[in-house]
Amino acid sequence: MKGQFITTKLNDMLAWGRKYSLFHYPYVTACCGMEYMSTACAHFDIDRFGAGWTRFSPRQSDLLLVVGTVTQKLAPVLRTVYDQMTEPKWVIAFGTCAVSGGIYDNYAVIQGIDQIIPVDIQIPGCPPRPETVLDGLLKLQAKIQKQQQDWRWKKRKS
Amino acid sequence: MTTRLEKMARPESLLINMGPSHPAMHGTIRVMLELDGERILNSEVEVGYLHRGFEKTCEHRTYFNLLPYTDRLNYVSPLINNVGYVMTLEKLIGLEVPERAQIIRVLMSELSRISDHLTCLAAMAMESGAFTVFLYKMKAREFIWDVIEATTGARMTTSYIRIGGVRADLHPDYQAAVEKAILETRKVLKDVHGLLDKNKIFLNRTRDIAIMTPENAISYGWTGPCLRSTGIGYDVRKAHPYLIYDRLSFDIPVGERGDNYDRYIVRMKEMDQSLRIVEQCLERLRKSPSPVIAEGIEPAEAVRQGRVQRPAEPVSLSPNLEGSEKALYPGILAADSRYVIPPKEDAYTSIEGLISHFKFFMKGHGIRPPKGEVYFSVEGGNGELGFYIVSDGTDRPYRLHLRAPCFHVVAALEELIRGRMIADVIPTFGSMNMIGGELDR
Amino acid sequence: MEETKILETLKEKFPNGVLETTALLGDETALLRRDDLLEIVDYLRKKPFAFNLLLDMTCVDFPGRHDRFEVVYHVFSLALNRRLRLKLCVPEDEPVDSLTRFWKNADWLEREAFDMFGVPFRGHPNLTRLFMYDGFEGHPLRKDYPLRKRQPRIALRSPE
Repeated sequence: MKGQFITTKLNDMLAWGRKYSLFHYPYVTACCGMEYMSTACAHFDIDRFGAGWTRFSPRQSDLLLVVGTVTQKLAPVLRTVYDQMTEPKWVIAFGTCAVSGGIYDNYAVIQGIDQIIPVDIQIPGCPPRPETVLDGLLKLQAKIQKQQQDWRWKKRKS
Repeated sequence: MTTRLEKMARPESLLINMGPSHPAMHGTIRVMLELDGERILNSEVEVGYLHRGFEKTCEHRTYFNLLPYTDRLNYVSPLINNVGYVMTLEKLIGLEVPERAQIIRVLMSELSRISDHLTCLAAMAMESGAFTVFLYKMKAREFIWDVIEATTGARMTTSYIRIGGVRADLHPDYQAAVEKAILETRKVLKDVHGLLDKNKIFLNRTRDIAIMTPENAISYGWTGPCLRSTGIGYDVRKAHPYLIYDRLSFDIPVGERGDNYDRYIVRMKEMDQSLRIVEQCLERLRKSPSPVIAEGIEPAEAVRQGRVQRPAEPVSLSPNLEGSEKALYPGILAADSRYVIPPKEDAYTSIEGLISHFKFFMKGHGIRPPKGEVYFSVEGGNGELGFYIVSDGTDRPYRLHLRAPCFHVVAALEELIRGRMIADVIPTFGSMNMIGGELDR
Repeated sequence: MEETKILETLKEKFPNGVLETTALLGDETALLRRDDLLEIVDYLRKKPFAFNLLLDMTCVDFPGRHDRFEVVYHVFSLALNRRLRLKLCVPEDEPVDSLTRFWKNADWLEREAFDMFGVPFRGHPNLTRLFMYDGFEGHPLRKDYPLRKRQPRIALRSPE
């Protein structure tokens, strides 16, 4: 019993460390990028939640922030970037276009990035207010604390 | 997939790919480079990673429904796209817009233009290493967005400019908010001038880099700040004045050499001129104040009374509809009920208003401009933003085409970076202000 | 009248090349014959008109007509501060002369028209798709291409 207590406390500590030091990779495509810039800057600081450091390399980041519309042309690139990231990794779909294709239901746009990669948190809004983004980030931090991952995806053949 | 560059490349050179997922916050564009050490021998630009099918989608939407799509074209100055589209349609219909609505449109356009230039230069400076400039400019942009949000309800993609005028009048405290925004922007611009104008590092990265001659710029179809940086003073606001620009006094800053530094300084000076225009608009709005909205009966009570006859007292609307009360309508929207939504007081308390409302939104009815084609352009943040609409008499456009200014500017990128080093690509690309939504539509 | 002097001069100089001129809503428009495009454009670029800026080029699809596509050019003269619209009608799969020898931005504009409509341009140095990707079949902005017909590049998790 005592061993299990130590490992769960260790897991909690690891999760605490992971959630308060998220390095994100801003995969910015479209209009939501402007709200992402607002969220990252001095007014609605994202750094106070520990997620301030942008790492422009998939290998060095653990949060993929897909911001804006993903088109059919861009889909293989997104998949490549996601595959290049190292475990543990989380994905936030920022904006309605990333969540579900948004107002663009046509030949050129992927109807939601969960068609290509597993998504942990979906932030709706066109574009979402910075407070909404920070709320989504807090929800992700709660999820990391509970260490839930989308294991169903892993069992499939990717 | 072998690209043209791969086929033409020399065997001893290095092929490197920049993008489409850029750290530079410009969106998605792919630049393939053929390098000899650090020097670029040849390059190929691939666009289309943000092609969202705007033109095809617009053929399936009514003229009123496609307003939100126009917001998302040049998403750093969304109100200017709105103005461009709406004025093209008004030209086709032949609709006159009231004076107050014109002044409000100019005010919002200029605030959007300032926010566009702030974002462009902030990104350019950040990529060159000056991160402080980015934070300062974003701070100024927040004040401008506060003004826009208090009036329109949204910080960025607003759909505020409507056919026939604007959606709602400015909110009651706009004077103080706009003056604060002007003050903060002036402070920030002064700081940035001090930080970057004579900064040796910034000058080394931007002076005499990517020089564009005026003849070459015209051959590429450049317009806007990029063309003005080469020395040609073409601005749609002066050449083909629209709204009230012919009655406002402002200058057109023009550069000398057409290098990166000139594109930067032209944008900085344009922001000063836009602030002048905003102050003049405030002056004009102060001279013609909007009517005060009287307290009236509750909406539910008005609907109940309206079942018998039109209520005699004024009706007070819910806070969501603040700014679009009936008393304000003569100032903000044209008086043509075919193209304008009737005021809510009429729609809910009288049969004429209800029928007007239905006919506006019913499928197959609504805004049906006469058959024909029209082209109209406004001065966007990047240059001449033109809309070409072909109408076949129904409520959906037959063809809607956008003349995107940054499409022509980016077409010159391959030529501008040839012979330069990789590090020069970043400020060059940053000074061009490529906006993916506009480039790829 | 001052307004239609350009159109009148054009009609006089090229009586066969210019099929129709209109000036509705203040937009001067000239409908040209496809074969005379290069000659007329060359004439317009010189003084006294000096239409030196190619503002825009696009296509409109009229599937019922024999001349299916209508190619529309907007040119601008900085000296005269005037715009002019040139149109020409072309049937499907028939080429149009490329204007890349006059203006450098015609390169990308024609690639876009080719990508979206399938209009081939004769004399273009590199006529490939601009917006859509390799492997995309069809031309999206044609009226017979359905709006929602998606051609995914990689396998999606679930069909929509």
